[in-house]
Amino acid sequence: MRANVVAFAAGALFAVGLAVSGMTKPSKVAGFLDVAGAWDASLAFVMAGAVAVHFVGLRLVRRRSRPLFDATFHLPTRKDLDPRLVLGAALFGVGWGLGGFCPGPAIVAAGGASTGAIVFVLGMTLGMVLEHAIVRSRAPAHEDVQ
Amino acid sequence: MNDFTPLSALAGGVVIGLAATLFLFTHGKVAGISGLFGALLRRESGDRTTALSFVAGLVVAGLLVRLSFPDAFATSWSAALPTLFVAGLIVGFGTRLGSGCTSGHGVCGISRLSVRSLVATATFMATGFLTVFVVRHVIGGAP
Repeated sequence: MRANVVAFAAGALFAVGLAVSGMTKPSKVAGFLDVAGAWDASLAFVMAGAVAVHFVGLRLVRRRSRPLFDATFHLPTRKDLDPRLVLGAALFGVGWGLGGFCPGPAIVAAGGASTGAIVFVLGMTLGMVLEHAIVRSRAPAHEDVQ
Repeated sequence: MNDFTPLSALAGGVVIGLAATLFLFTHGKVAGISGLFGALLRRESGDRTTALSFVAGLVVAGLLVRLSFPDAFATSWSAALPTLFVAGLIVGFGTRLGSGCTSGHGVCGISRLSVRSLVATATFMATGFLTVFVVRHVIGGAP
């Protein structure tokens, strides 16, 4: 129970970060991705801030032998580059550019009752189900999900 | 047009980094949104209560942000609803195929200096730039 409350709080904190950063505004995302137009570089600062903190934070956390509520850490270990990774990431970028949402901000904005975000999340749900039905059920990848 | 907002972007990024660090500290997992959301859709996923709790946190906080700072979702541009559905579909398919999105690869993976995440992030940034270039400047669909 306590573990779930903390997971809820981590999700809520993550959402606040997304909302403060501007990631929940598709126009902001489109402005960031529009390098050939009136480029708005703001969102590069989101990644800079998040990586700067997490880069240090994860090294401090990894000094512990185990997380607070689990016996072991569950971090991805794969190092190989495969076609699925590149093709999947390439597709994701296309959808991100088209809709101005990536998964986190879309879910947060859907929670905020934004019609566009709700429609996006419905499409995203279908896309995940399709991927599972078409790709994973036939040739399961070595699980290493971020 | 959007203003350049490096300070709020940086502050939001810091909060995101703290949230990812908290989740790793308590649950030992990557705060990858597409992975956590995807886990909710799969019967065989073991512990779904953690993913469900995290995603519920995103949704409830979204509602609270909407009620207290509606400006956080105000947008001067938005794709048409059918486009948003298709975009979501591509994002859902792509993030599962590529094992992550902006959070899992872009924030958590890069922080671990994972080569896979660096390649994935460079790839989705590139196709994101390219897509907006084609939509705005080749087809001219948006202002």
